[in-house]
Amino acid sequence: MAITGEKFLKKDSLPHMWCQGCGNGVALSSLLRSFERLKYTPQDTVIVSGIGCWGKADDYIATNALHVTHGRALPFATGVKAVNPDLHVVVLMGDGDGVTIGGNHFIHAARRNIDLTAIVVNNYNYGMTGGQFSATTPADSITSTTAYGNPERDFDICTLAEAAGANFVGRSTIYHGRLMDNLIKEALSKKGFSLVEIISPCPTHFGRKNKMKTAVDMLNLYKQNGVTKDKYEKMSPSEQSNAILIGKLVDKDAPDFNTRYEEIRQKAI
Amino acid sequence: MSRTPILMQGNQAIAEGAIYAGARFFAGYPITPSSEIAEECSKKLPKIGGVYMQMEDEIASVGAIVGASLTGVKSFTATSGPGFSLMQENLGMAIMGEVPCVIINVQRSGPSTGLATKPSQSDVMQIKWGRHGDQAIIALAPASVEECFLLTVKAFNMSEKFRVPVILAADEIVGHMRENFALPEPGEVEVVDRKKPEVSPDEYRPFEPQADYVSPLASYGSEYVFHITSSMCGPEGFSNNDAEIATWKIDQLHKKLEVHRDEIVETKTFLMDDEPEIVFITFGATTRVARAAAIAAREAGTKAGVLQLVTIWPFPELEVIKYGSNAKTIVVPEMNYSGQIAEEIQRLLGYNADIRRVNKYNGEVITPQDIMKVLSL
Repeated sequence: MAITGEKFLKKDSLPHMWCQGCGNGVALSSLLRSFERLKYTPQDTVIVSGIGCWGKADDYIATNALHVTHGRALPFATGVKAVNPDLHVVVLMGDGDGVTIGGNHFIHAARRNIDLTAIVVNNYNYGMTGGQFSATTPADSITSTTAYGNPERDFDICTLAEAAGANFVGRSTIYHGRLMDNLIKEALSKKGFSLVEIISPCPTHFGRKNKMKTAVDMLNLYKQNGVTKDKYEKMSPSEQSNAILIGKLVDKDAPDFNTRYEEIRQKAI
Repeated sequence: MSRTPILMQGNQAIAEGAIYAGARFFAGYPITPSSEIAEECSKKLPKIGGVYMQMEDEIASVGAIVGASLTGVKSFTATSGPGFSLMQENLGMAIMGEVPCVIINVQRSGPSTGLATKPSQSDVMQIKWGRHGDQAIIALAPASVEECFLLTVKAFNMSEKFRVPVILAADEIVGHMRENFALPEPGEVEVVDRKKPEVSPDEYRPFEPQADYVSPLASYGSEYVFHITSSMCGPEGFSNNDAEIATWKIDQLHKKLEVHRDEIVETKTFLMDDEPEIVFITFGATTRVARAAAIAAREAGTKAGVLQLVTIWPFPELEVIKYGSNAKTIVVPEMNYSGQIAEEIQRLLGYNADIRRVNKYNGEVITPQDIMKVLSL
């Protein structure tokens, strides 16, 4: 039987609120298929989401969920996991939520190596508030608050997670469906902090202002520019600046927070 | 209380009270004058199957205790004014999600870094109104080491009973004070656990309307599957912006404290049996000073007594009216400039009432002499 993830979809909440051409629905279906593949149940899974377009995804998921304040999903998820290591805790954040307002929580969750899976959908801007620039908006991009171009540099979310100590880091785009499925499944299975960044089109705001008129234009760009590590490393710096590095980027097995806490606890008792 | 009394610090008694009440998760960020609570928890919780976490900031600390509480584990944090300011954001989430948890605020001087880390009682209004939106909160103010313990247990009991966050509004004086205190034996002080659902998992809704406004709360990881949100939501816990739902939800948040007012509000009286003409109305550490002043006033031939507001929010309106209306003079000592409690009393007793304020905000403790000065006895 085909894996659809359907039993994790909360159908009575449909139709969803995302714009035409948005990648969130594609990311959501990939996540729900992974739940099915890994035989998760609504009872043993907790979705924690923040504020933003992708942060609305919990409304469409039939597992336990905790929808919290902007940028703070990781601390809430940390509390859930710290006292209940048996739960699968999955954190859904956008680029604004996850690494802009929530940047401090992001690096500390990775440093602590707490066994959470963060799925960060990066659409390079704050979609819900009208397309302002975020910490991942590329320099010179036009957004509703960078009318003449973005003067700031962008974060590389995967490099940030790696440097902060995450056990698993991978990046896909909405176009690379199979890769996205595999990365999410692997991230969920990995003990410790795991991150999957999904590059996703926001044609309504970001695309329209940056010469990518439709979602199709944006997906074509992902198709064209998405390169794996082997290929990326052979590129010149100028070629690299246009490329989107995709695939599995970090895969380690450092002990997670709960394991370490239990080791230390043994010294106390 | 049958154990041998030991010399105990207020902050230590708070940590002991939390553990006695069943808390098994602490997430916090160190800040003077509350740090001893974290230190005590870091030593004790691992030994009793609990978890101590030091978070990256106070925003995260409240996030973590809310997450942990939703798995059914009693959870708390401790901080002081600057940290409490940061906690407001997720405290709002705890109120909206109706999540039991306890926040200890060992108050210190401000604004900002202020007189680090001298005592103060200037967070009264921050506790009540520090968050955006309109909501009700419970806050208790201990005046002794024993009350640090007992009110921490009470804070947990009320948070569990009414599915709300509760604030323990301590101050640097009681937090760092040492007094003889005998820890109660298990069972000696009542410990309350939250109401769990009795309906089948299919029927369960996390905000099911109840006659007493307190909906049973399931735990993540149980057979119940549920959704909690910071957004306006109906009984099923999913974001809903209908005007009718918003009215229902905001009513719910306020009414659950209104209907249980008598269980929540606690006051204590000292030398109040003979309808004294001078009534000191106090909370927290200044209660102790007012007691000394009441004795001094009586020695000088004037009947004086103390009404201690143990619960500061919801405000003990009935008790203030009962004990304050017949007094000739009310004296309200507090370690802040603006008379945050005095204003509430004035509101109740009227602007013609003789309410004398004693305010000190220089990091020094209010003395009985400071209080006597406004009485010219």
